[in-house]
Amino acid sequence: MIRITCPYCGPRDHDEFSYAGDATRTRPADPETATAEDWHRYVYLRDNPRGPHLEYWHHVQGCRAYVKVLRDTATHEVLATGLPRDDLETAR
Amino acid sequence: MAEYSILSLVRNALGGHKGWIRAWRDPEPKPRYDVIIVGGGGHGLATAYYLARNHGITNVAVLEKGYIGGGNVGRNTTIVRSNYLLDGNSHFYEHSLKLWEGLSRELNYNVMFSQRGVLNLAHSDGQMDAYARRGNAMRLNGVDSELLDREGVRRLYPHLDFSDAARFPIHGGLLQPRGGTARHDAVAWGFARGADRLGVDIIQNCEVTGFERSGGRITAVETTRGRIGCGRVGMAVAGNTSRVARMAGLELPIESHVLQAFVTEPLKPLIDGVVTFGAGHFYISQSDKGGLVLGGDIDFYNSYAQRGNLPIVEHVMANGCAMMPNLRRVRVLRSWGGIMDMSMDGSPIISKTPIDNLYLNAGWCYGGFKATPGSGWVFAHTIAEDRPHRFNEPLSLERFSTGHLLDEGGKGPTPKLH
Repeated sequence: MIRITCPYCGPRDHDEFSYAGDATRTRPADPETATAEDWHRYVYLRDNPRGPHLEYWHHVQGCRAYVKVLRDTATHEVLATGLPRDDLETAR
Repeated sequence: MAEYSILSLVRNALGGHKGWIRAWRDPEPKPRYDVIIVGGGGHGLATAYYLARNHGITNVAVLEKGYIGGGNVGRNTTIVRSNYLLDGNSHFYEHSLKLWEGLSRELNYNVMFSQRGVLNLAHSDGQMDAYARRGNAMRLNGVDSELLDREGVRRLYPHLDFSDAARFPIHGGLLQPRGGTARHDAVAWGFARGADRLGVDIIQNCEVTGFERSGGRITAVETTRGRIGCGRVGMAVAGNTSRVARMAGLELPIESHVLQAFVTEPLKPLIDGVVTFGAGHFYISQSDKGGLVLGGDIDFYNSYAQRGNLPIVEHVMANGCAMMPNLRRVRVLRSWGGIMDMSMDGSPIISKTPIDNLYLNAGWCYGGFKATPGSGWVFAHTIAEDRPHRFNEPLSLERFSTGHLLDEGGKGPTPKLH
């Protein structure tokens, strides 16, 4: 079991959460000027690193907040957690 | 190299089995090859085999970071089928299934392909409608399918949960009689031996660490066993595709996830085909040794760990017991994890890439094993002819830019759901 520290609920088992994927992709700010390639990158392309990975977990069985998690994909170790707006890599 | 036959078996039995020679050589890497295949799994070995057999390209190396059979080709649940809805997938997988049907003879190696039938259970009227549609689509594409009602399923598998207490009553199912299972290790060994006999060098314990580039081309592959020059490079490293592609400067529509599988203690014959649960994700068959081979969902988060987590173990077993209550007291002997390339539309990628002489074979999600011979066939064609075979034209990398996605389940760009 992976333990994820929810900023509101504290440490919880990962099966209370629904995985919401890569947290490094941001939606093109202005759809009017975004190109097809911008959308392609946002919707489909992923770094998919082996090692620290920034991702969202939805605490769907708890407070229902989205939690940002920095987790190692090779060891499953959770390195940092926070709110979606937090910069976990710098904080660490 | 000696053919495997009754005669050779008798001769070696009388000689105390001392006459067998190794199935493939263990060569030192040459300074240069016409084609380098990165990844000595089923797909890489099949590609090398068909490059030599179909296209006469024999100056080929297969680079494997571990040992042959140690990756996903030895970590799957050995199911072979071609029961797809979309044309872009259907023709490709059916071609693969036809290759399976002659594979043991082709390779002179018993891959134990057993067409015991693959049955998908339906648990609602809506699901029966969807299966009728898929079954009809399969038939229109020349693939065998049979829609079974509840009694039809009961005749095949009377010990599924047909009781009034069933949480998800069985309404019927879609059967592909030509589907089945194969011995996964034998497939790897058979293709390795077959490729080796045609002159391909299989180089194990040789991890790719980088690509040497000049202009838009790759001129050499850097490995833990030195630099190897190359004419063309085929990449078939599912699980680690994003990592190897990044060395070549490519970013791909793939996430890596861990999928677990399980084998139980050996039992007397219990399930003579492959059965999949329709109200959850669960699939089961029985190996020739008697162990039940089963699996379910991926772990739902990005992972390169080759080991999974307990909540999914519980989830898989709960699915199994809901479908087949008589599994409850069976003991699981072993479990393991493999790393899946989960693509953004759930379909594989066999394609040219933005780099002139680099070709990509990736994105197999849960379903790479059944595609092994077909994947090798069309990937070899793509590399040899520098253009896709008609069966892998729809499996291009560009489809994510152009919008021609192949999303069997209609689940969108959410890899964990494919």
